[in-house]
Amino acid sequence: MYVAVKGGERAISAAHAWLDETRRGDPALPELTVAQIEQQMPLAVDRVMAEGSCHDRFLAALAIKQAKGDLIEAAFLLRAYRTTLPRFGVSDPLETDAMRIRRRISATYKDLPGGQVLGPTYDYTHRLLDFALAAEGAERAEAPQSEVPAGAVPRVTELLAREGLMQREEATDAEPGDLTREPLAFPAARPVRLQNLARGDEGFLLALGYSTQRGYGGNHPFVGEVRVGHVTVEFTPPELGFPIELGEIGITECQMVNQFKGSRTEPPQFTRGYGLTFGHGERRAMSMALVDRALRATELGEDVTAPAQDHEFVLYHSDNIEATGFVEHLKLPHYVDFQSELENLRTIRAALAREAMQEAAE
Amino acid sequence: MSPVMEGYNFAYLDEATKRMLRRAILKAVAIPGHQIPFGAREMPLPYGWGTGGIQVTAAILGPSDTLKVIDQGADDTTNAVSIRRFFTRVAGVATTERTSEATIIQTRHRIPEQALREDQVIVYQVPQPEPLSRLEPRRAETKRLHSLADYGLMHVRLYEDIARYGHIAKAYDYPVMVNGRYLMAPSPIPAFDNPKMDRMPALQLFGAGREKRIYAVPPYTEVKSLDFEDHPFRPIRAPHACALCGSRESYLDEVITDDRGGRLFVCSDTDYCSGRVALREAAE
Repeated sequence: MYVAVKGGERAISAAHAWLDETRRGDPALPELTVAQIEQQMPLAVDRVMAEGSCHDRFLAALAIKQAKGDLIEAAFLLRAYRTTLPRFGVSDPLETDAMRIRRRISATYKDLPGGQVLGPTYDYTHRLLDFALAAEGAERAEAPQSEVPAGAVPRVTELLAREGLMQREEATDAEPGDLTREPLAFPAARPVRLQNLARGDEGFLLALGYSTQRGYGGNHPFVGEVRVGHVTVEFTPPELGFPIELGEIGITECQMVNQFKGSRTEPPQFTRGYGLTFGHGERRAMSMALVDRALRATELGEDVTAPAQDHEFVLYHSDNIEATGFVEHLKLPHYVDFQSELENLRTIRAALAREAMQEAAE
Repeated sequence: MSPVMEGYNFAYLDEATKRMLRRAILKAVAIPGHQIPFGAREMPLPYGWGTGGIQVTAAILGPSDTLKVIDQGADDTTNAVSIRRFFTRVAGVATTERTSEATIIQTRHRIPEQALREDQVIVYQVPQPEPLSRLEPRRAETKRLHSLADYGLMHVRLYEDIARYGHIAKAYDYPVMVNGRYLMAPSPIPAFDNPKMDRMPALQLFGAGREKRIYAVPPYTEVKSLDFEDHPFRPIRAPHACALCGSRESYLDEVITDDRGGRLFVCSDTDYCSGRVALREAAE
């Protein structure tokens, strides 16, 4: 009579075997290699590294393969691996003005030291499906090359700061907080907020950044600059006392220039919103910069009226590993709670029905 | 049975992380019902699927322990199977489905029917550790309310139920006062289970991984379900007997048997139920 709808170990194993089969797809087609994913889906790899909070192109590509292209699942795989790694320390701050630039654009100046470098961008492509790509084995067009212009590429915000028009950020030697060790607490310091946003879900950051543009906590932004390229990571071991080069990573940095009306203690000036991400992720870095600036409302004496300015709202909901876990946990059995709700509702309905009967009788 | 995995520390977490967890657990035991923030780690299982409970269990588990894992009161629900299998793989500990044989019981949504003992620990998986969360979403504010023991919001919420329905309509995750000081979320167990928490001989630990909080109820601590003098707390269960073992005391699951209103009720605690069936069969 009663067949329990319960899954044992066998059901789980069978489900996972089936999952493996669907991952492989049609066995008549060659299997995707991790190297192919790493080379030919670099933006997916970048996003997984950012949200997975771990810079490792090979592991990110492997995670994408294992997750059948589900990038949030892939970021989760990478995070779960990351947790098992020892933490040796904090790197020295990246010197992004010494970046090996692949792309660098400013929306605030027509020309500036270091120039405008378009780089490999989808901007100005016409979004027409390219059916030639469907044919495999086509000759690859070589991109023309030119000399790298010599000279420094100073940051736009620094140029403004020298003129006194951009609020200076306080330099500090204090070790920044680390969300992977200490839970979020409020008020959250800016380094912790930035760490949270840097790992945050791209869609969530995009929507929040967009909302600030449409009037929910807005503050008209200019793209001071977006720069994409490679920077050297250095680490100073306390026992040596001097920095050692660990290697080079690809990053995208965005500095937004925002108006600021000034306060009793500070004259009107520009303030910055900051975005930084692994790899090439302009949408992500720009959204992050918009949200970072919105989250500074309280410290700049602005009214907090919109979701993007609300620290708890933004920082508690940005993490897609947490979010997807909790949303999807609703799939787990809840019949014990549901049963208590059923009995509850039946009791209430029975009482209402009794009252209605009595009223009708009177 | 799955073999123990190579290359991982006993019970998966490294010893430094376990130490961090144990410190949080000790703090939690010292301040019954108070939520202790801790540096929850990403686990290889998703947030919301028991990562808090898993981390607490991993921190207290020893090689000589016997682990029981239940979800909805049952040992054979998929997530319970998955978590039990996880600990079998990473710790190689003995597992059991018998409540009486377990030294650690990790649970989601139920407390076993059989009374627990002093030499047992029950670890609850907690989705939302903050009992005031639906009334006040800001944690900075709920923290203040807890420090002032200002629980008027919750009393008003319960009173509103009485005004509207004639009784308190909260059926699960029914708020409790611990040791007369802290308002605590008992996790989404049915209100039916709340009285079992009061002065329980076993240590009760609560882990919320996603929300990064641990809390505890030490043995024999007073746990009182919130109520009013004229509207005392009353546990709810379906007014039926279990179709398998005939129990009229246990908490029941409702099972739909056809699309014409056919249904039956069976114990949600599968170990309790099968134990009673075995006793009856032995007597026959």
